[in-house]
Amino acid sequence: MDTANRQSEMLDYIAKQRRKRDLQHYWVSFALMIVFTVLAFLAVYFRKSINDYLIAFFIVTMAVVQVIFQLYYFMHMKEKDHGFPALFLYGGAVVVFVTVLSFVTIVWIS
Amino acid sequence: MTANAHALAAYNQRKGFLSWLWTWLSTVDHKRIAILYLFGGGLFFVIGGIEALLIRIQLAVPQNDFLVGSTYNEVVTMHGTTMIFLAAMPLVFAMMNAVVPLQIGARDVAFPFVNALGFWLFFLGGIVLNTSWFLGGAPAGGWTAYAPLTTEFLGTGSDFYLLGLQLSGAGTLMGAINFMVTIINMRAPGMTFMRMPLFTWTSLITSTLILFAFPPLTVGFFLEFFDHIFHANFFNTAKGGNAIIFEHIFWIFGHPEVYILVLPAFGIISEVVATFSKKRLFGYTSMVFATVLIGFLSFMVWVHHMFTVGLGPMANSLFALATMTIAVPTGMKIFNWLFTMWGGQIHFTTANLFAVGFVPTFVMGGVTGVMLAVPSADSQYHDSYFVIAHFHYVIIGGVVFGLLAGLFYWWPKMFGKILNETLGKITFWTFFIGFHLTFFPQHFLGLIGMPRRYFTYFPDEGFNTWNLISSIGAIGMAIGAIVLVINIVITTAKGQKAAGDAWGIGRTLEWSIPSPPPEYNFAQTPLVKGIDTFWKEKMEGNKKVTPAEPLGDIHMPNPTILPFLMSIALTIAAYGFIFANQTSASRPLCLVIAAFGIGLMLLLMLIHSIKDDPGFHYHKEEIIEIEKGAE
Repeated sequence: MDTANRQSEMLDYIAKQRRKRDLQHYWVSFALMIVFTVLAFLAVYFRKSINDYLIAFFIVTMAVVQVIFQLYYFMHMKEKDHGFPALFLYGGAVVVFVTVLSFVTIVWIS
Repeated sequence: MTANAHALAAYNQRKGFLSWLWTWLSTVDHKRIAILYLFGGGLFFVIGGIEALLIRIQLAVPQNDFLVGSTYNEVVTMHGTTMIFLAAMPLVFAMMNAVVPLQIGARDVAFPFVNALGFWLFFLGGIVLNTSWFLGGAPAGGWTAYAPLTTEFLGTGSDFYLLGLQLSGAGTLMGAINFMVTIINMRAPGMTFMRMPLFTWTSLITSTLILFAFPPLTVGFFLEFFDHIFHANFFNTAKGGNAIIFEHIFWIFGHPEVYILVLPAFGIISEVVATFSKKRLFGYTSMVFATVLIGFLSFMVWVHHMFTVGLGPMANSLFALATMTIAVPTGMKIFNWLFTMWGGQIHFTTANLFAVGFVPTFVMGGVTGVMLAVPSADSQYHDSYFVIAHFHYVIIGGVVFGLLAGLFYWWPKMFGKILNETLGKITFWTFFIGFHLTFFPQHFLGLIGMPRRYFTYFPDEGFNTWNLISSIGAIGMAIGAIVLVINIVITTAKGQKAAGDAWGIGRTLEWSIPSPPPEYNFAQTPLVKGIDTFWKEKMEGNKKVTPAEPLGDIHMPNPTILPFLMSIALTIAAYGFIFANQTSASRPLCLVIAAFGIGLMLLLMLIHSIKDDPGFHYHKEEIIEIEKGAE
């Protein structure tokens, strides 16, 4: 009986620690997302002294990182049993990427 | 008994037309929705078929004046649109609804409410589109509705096309999401992915394709809708728009669409051929692999519909290569079906006749497909009857033959009675011969230069004989369809009652339960032990599939009228937008009506969110009672 009790206490403790760590992750990613947004705005603000393509590349990178944070930390994709949402998200992303790539490289539009 | 079960019992006792109507309007049972899809799709199939006959009457002799100019354009447009969106799609969904939950050992689909909503949106969308005949003329811009023809040069018919298809497209998208979730989450214990029957596999891939292909269509139609009704300039070149981009958007949807239709047909053929050869499907793993590969490649080939637009040699040759690649997995499938039949004990039932007839017919469509995939040759074939012949071989020879095979195969499961085999065989032979007689000559018509979408031709152009033969063939197909309808009526009136395992050689789980199945499908969720699990159990001497759970209460969702009302609300909105474009005097009033429809929809959504559906239970005693009655 005593061991069972101690075991459940242990599990409680582990769950509590996990919640604490999750909350930390939320705050850190939230803060980082705000920082990235500010950085993106700053990059546009200093557009006279930075190369245009570099700015565009930088902003898009920031956006992609934010999407990943959003999906993994706020929408629980890092947790177990999210294989199918991940498969379809990445599958869709690949299809869209190939489509857009073909448009900008080989398909003529004007 | 709970209060809800009492309500259900009372409801079954109520008699009369209105209560019968109410049961169908408010049903959320996947088997009933399958029947709704079947008759909805069947209705539009007949309408589209009549339009096809009208076209063939007009083209039977040169310089005919039966349907002239714009009227002919309207009939051609409505024939294509109806057949693709309102006949083939819902018939595919009818098969999926009727069979997929039974094949995976589930009691219902994942979202019964959404399932019902999907059906009613499709059906009312189809009605909206077809009312255009009586409200100022049908759309006439072809089933592809290219801009700027549709957005700038045609009358109000285009509005019916855009709004009607927007409604039914939303329904299709919902249905697809529902089936993806159902197949991924609701498989019985032991039903791993590589033990799923092939029809379930193709349904999963088709649903995925719909999920990725329908949003571009929705966006494209939305832009055209803004161009046409609110005078935006997305596709207006004079004001800086781009008309080519609509072709791209349409075909990014349009090419996956043909695989959306044909993959479930492949699945049906795989089931029918295996069952009636009394053999396991040859090369199951490669079949699954081929299905996934076809699904993936279908998004990489849309430009082959646009070879003559002038996208340049690089784009054309790369997309030609991608297109030809699809022939490889499709060829794998053809050989697998042949090897399944090889050495099998083949039963030539009507269903199997359609399946066997499918194989060579589809190969012919595939061969002309590879011919069309060569860009330089396509410049010659483009917009000629060769293309018409090609896609009718693929869509009738592939999709319709597959659906008819599935209809004859699963009819006993859906309705509890076996369709008359003699009449069925008459249907097959008249339809099969009629089909080839109609469309084989069109290859030659295309090669000697008859363009598509023209309403007539001169007597000295050499098109007379082939066109006449083609029109005679159409009569054969019509006879086949009429015999099928007679067959359905006779069978319903005094058909022979079907056993659970209606053909006696069923392999998959749907044959292990009574025909038609009780509302909860499986009294006990089955335990799946391998591919063709029911066959496996029968070979081990068991009459029933091993259950995975003890007999207990079963929780079922309540019927609800909300999906129907929601669809009505969106239909009101659609008519508001359509009539806003017809006269400028009533425009504000019509826009208010449209807003009212959307508001009503939001209100109904709110009601659905707030009102909790506790469902009801089938109790253990009732289940024992029902199961006894079924035996």
